[in-house]
Order: sequence, then structure tokens, then C-alpha cells
Amino acid sequence: MSALLEAHDLAVSVGGHVVCRDLNLSLAAGERVAILGRNGAGKSTLLSVLAGLRTADAGEVRLGGETYAALGPRIAAKRRGWLAQRHSDAFASTVLETALTGRHPHLGRWDWESKRDTEIARGALKAVGLAELEERDVQTLSGGERQRLAIATLLTQAAPLYLLDEPLAHLDLNHQIAILNLFAGAAQDCHAGLVMVLHEPGLADRYCDRALLVHGDGRCELGACRELLTAERLGSLYGHPLKEVVSDDRRWFIPV
Amino acid sequence: MPSHRRAALVLAVLALLGAASFSAALAVGSIAVPFSDVAAALLGEPVDNAAIVRELRLPRALAGFACGGLLALAGALMQVLLRNPLADPYVLGISGGAGVGAMFAILLGLSAAGLNFLAFAGALSAMLIVFGLAHGDGAWTQTRLLLTGVIVAAGCGALIALMLSIAPEHKLRGMLFWLMGDLSQSGTPWIALAVLVAALVASLPFARELNLLARGHDTAQSLGVDVRRLRYSIYAIASLVTAMAVTSAGSIGFVGLIVPHLVRLAIGNDQRLLLPASVLAGGALLTFADTLARTVIAPQQLPVGVLTALIGVPVFLFLLARHRQ
Repeated sequence: MSALLEAHDLAVSVGGHVVCRDLNLSLAAGERVAILGRNGAGKSTLLSVLAGLRTADAGEVRLGGETYAALGPRIAAKRRGWLAQRHSDAFASTVLETALTGRHPHLGRWDWESKRDTEIARGALKAVGLAELEERDVQTLSGGERQRLAIATLLTQAAPLYLLDEPLAHLDLNHQIAILNLFAGAAQDCHAGLVMVLHEPGLADRYCDRALLVHGDGRCELGACRELLTAERLGSLYGHPLKEVVSDDRRWFIPV
Repeated sequence: MPSHRRAALVLAVLALLGAASFSAALAVGSIAVPFSDVAAALLGEPVDNAAIVRELRLPRALAGFACGGLLALAGALMQVLLRNPLADPYVLGISGGAGVGAMFAILLGLSAAGLNFLAFAGALSAMLIVFGLAHGDGAWTQTRLLLTGVIVAAGCGALIALMLSIAPEHKLRGMLFWLMGDLSQSGTPWIALAVLVAALVASLPFARELNLLARGHDTAQSLGVDVRRLRYSIYAIASLVTAMAVTSAGSIGFVGLIVPHLVRLAIGNDQRLLLPASVLAGGALLTFADTLARTVIAPQQLPVGVLTALIGVPVFLFLLARHRQ
């Protein structure tokens, strides 16, 4: 079986700034990759290219062996879910309706959401702790609640590959860990693939198998977290010296 | 997401409202016709005033319903396309273009057919200019489209003001009525009705995709919508629908902005229900408004655009206040 996600000789740039050249990446079922880098390095741009929302300058991205162009948007939506970094709601809508939009790729043109679709959406809302808010208007949610709703929508979409742009944005500590555990569980139990943009190298080390460091000057390094994530390399990535601290067998990197 | 039953109920209520607006439009006027005679006249029986009902009031009521429906549909589509609740059918300069064509036709003293032709040509030119300029290098953001539309509309507004200021006195009234929206010169209603039905049938299959588009370009794309194709189609449909409406009745304000919001406040923002409900509500509102426009100070007629605002503003404020609680 082909990998969930493959990038071949990918070159990406944004606004004249090179994000990566000749990036090669292959993600198998159950694998987890963290994308780390400074603000403006191009992490989100790279993730949206992997999600098929932007075109690459060169190279190609394949989902299960096929390009986005060959798949078409609807089949692609059954194979990968993408979590946006920002959520804006121009119009009022309830929390449940918003979560149900995740069912779109599974429905035919004239279908209405069925009872089963509603159950799936309710299950996803429950998983992120929003079950009580299903009738609330999205425009009244707090930043963290809105973020968890976006994650619930993604779970409702039920694609085997999750591309997450800052999944921890706006979340308080308990929810950060709950959400990371949720996705780690999906990777372990459902063999979902996971690529996520993170800002905390310690969490990347704890929740991901591999890391992709985006240096912002066109260089990208991909490797196992255990080897790639060192205080020295991360210090040069972020442009600030870091110190590695080990506590209960977990490595954390704190700014000096 | 409304259930099927609720959707059917809402549409049935609005259809009744539409029927009521028709009955009023056919029965009320300088000569009051009893409802029994209206029904008889529609069935082709030779009753008193049958000609008034069939040849004067019926075409005008149908034109009013068609224009109201067209404007409400265009407004609903534009609001989703631009992801802007303040968008209306005229925001992209289509009515401005039609206005320039119409004013020019009146200045030249053309017939009604000539006026309609020039208005439609003006609307299409504005649509193509805005699309061409906003599309430009392929980057097609809502802001750019909106700004281009607003600028083209402003340019058209200046041309219209220019023509109004050089127009001879006796033509000014006709020009002003056209600009405010007026159904008395609307001609045969069947073309507008056919366009209305065709546009609704063409947009309904995309209704669920429009729900996603309202949530953002990338979100919609990531959930499986071919956003580029959808936006082109919706732009084309909404523009043609607006062009048809302004060609037959001038730029009637307010219906296209407020009716989709009224419907949204009442039933939510699911386009599968919102689009047909807006068509019915817009049609009913304009038919009622036009009936009032030709009766309140009869035999004088008011431009219907004035009445749509006078009716719509309080209704909208009431719904908004109720919604807040």
C-alpha cells in the first residue's frame, strides 16, 4: 500500500521567500511528524501545500500514491483533513452545524445529513469537551472553544491523515494535552497519519516520531525526534540558546 | 441544519405569503375588484374588470414577484461569495452599469425595448469589467473583488450624476424613477420569471457547498469543494440575476440586502433552505410593496424602491431586536 502522504522534490516559496527546496517526505499509517520553525519560516505555507490548498513551485504531493489534481477535491477530503490556523465566522451558525460540515465529502450532492452523521458530529464534540455547547452560536465562542470546535469538525471529517496547523493555538494546558492525546490515540488505534505545526519542541519530542525543522532560509531537516531535537540544533533553529532538561524520562527545552 | 419537515413548513408558509401578496396585488387598486371576481378573471371568465386584472395587474404582480425573487437570490449569493453580510446585488457595480445604460437610453429618447437593451448591456459590461480587473493575475480575493466592484460602482454613479445634470427637465422624472426602482414600465414578466426559476435550479445543487464557502475559501477547499469553479459559477449566476432584475425594474434598493438577512434571522444560514426561502420572501415583499406604491397616494404612483425600504426597515429592526434577547 502507498504511503498516506508523500512529497517528492518539493520546492515551496511564499512572497519571494524560499521555504524549502527538494523536500522529500513519506508518511506511513500511524506515523507522526512535527513541523518546527520560527515565526514566518513558512511552516503553515508548507503545510497548506501538503494539504493541496496551495501549489508547489516544483515537485509534487501525493495522497495514497495519487496527486491532488488526479483525486479532485472531494476524494482528497476523504483522505486528508486540514486544521486551519485561524477561524473566522462571517455568519452565525450553531456549534453542531459547524461540526457537521465535516461530513460534506461523505455526502452526495442531494443528501442531507443523516442521523448517523449527527451522531458522528456529536461524538466528535464530546471528544473535545463541547457536547454541552452544541446549540451555541459559533460567533459567541471563546478562542479556545472555537479551536476545539475546529478540531471536532476535523474528527467528523474522519480522514486517515491529519494536517494540523498549530492545533494547540488558544488552548489552555489541560486542553493542549487532551488534544495531543486524542490525536496520538487516533494515530495508535486508527493508524491515522499526523503532521502538525508545533511551537513547543518538548511536546514534539513527546508526541511525534519525527520532526521537520524549517529553518526559513530554504534548509529543511527531517529526522527522528530523538536524534534531531538537540538543544544546540534547536537553539540555532530559533535563534536563541536553549537548554535540555530531562524530567521523568521526558526531554524539555527551555530558553536560557 | 433544519429538518426536512421544518424546511417544508417554512417554504409552505412563505408560499402562502406569496399567494397573499398576489391576491392583494390583483384585487387592490384605483378600482377595487372583489376576490371572487379576481379568481373568475384568472380563470378566463368574462366578469367586470377582467381586463384590468389580467392585462394590467397580473403582469405587474408577476414582474414584481420575479424582481423581488431575483434580487433576494442575488443578495444571498453575493453575501456568501464575498463572505460579507453587508454585500448586496449592487455592491459589484452591476446596477451602476445598468443605470448608466438606462440613463443614456432615456437621454437619447429610446423606446422601452431600447432602454432595457442598453440597461442589460451596461450591467453585463460592469460585470465583465469588475471580473476582469479583480481577476487580473489570477489572485481572486474577496477584498479585491469587493473593492473593484465598489470603485466601478462609484464610477458609474458619477456618470449617472453627470447625465442627470445635463438632462432636460422633462426627462428627469423618468430617470429618477428608474434609479429608485419602478415596476410600471417593466414589460413582459415571463423572461424575468424564467431567469428566476433557472437561476434557483442552477444554484440549489451547490447549496451545501455554499454553506462551506461561507466559512472560508481554504476551509471549503479542504472539505472537498472545488472553490474556484464554485466561485466563478456563483459570480456568473448572481450577476446575471441582478442584471435581469435591474433591467426589468430599475435599481430597487434594499430587497437584495435585507431579505436574505430577514430569512437568516428566522431560519438560520443553511443555503439549501435560505435560497428558495429568500426567493419567496423577496418576491412577496416586492409584490406587496408595489401594491402599496400604486395605491397609497393614487392616482399618483410612488417608486417601489421607496416602499421596500419603508416596509423592510422596521421589520428588520424588529427581528434584530427580538433575536438579541
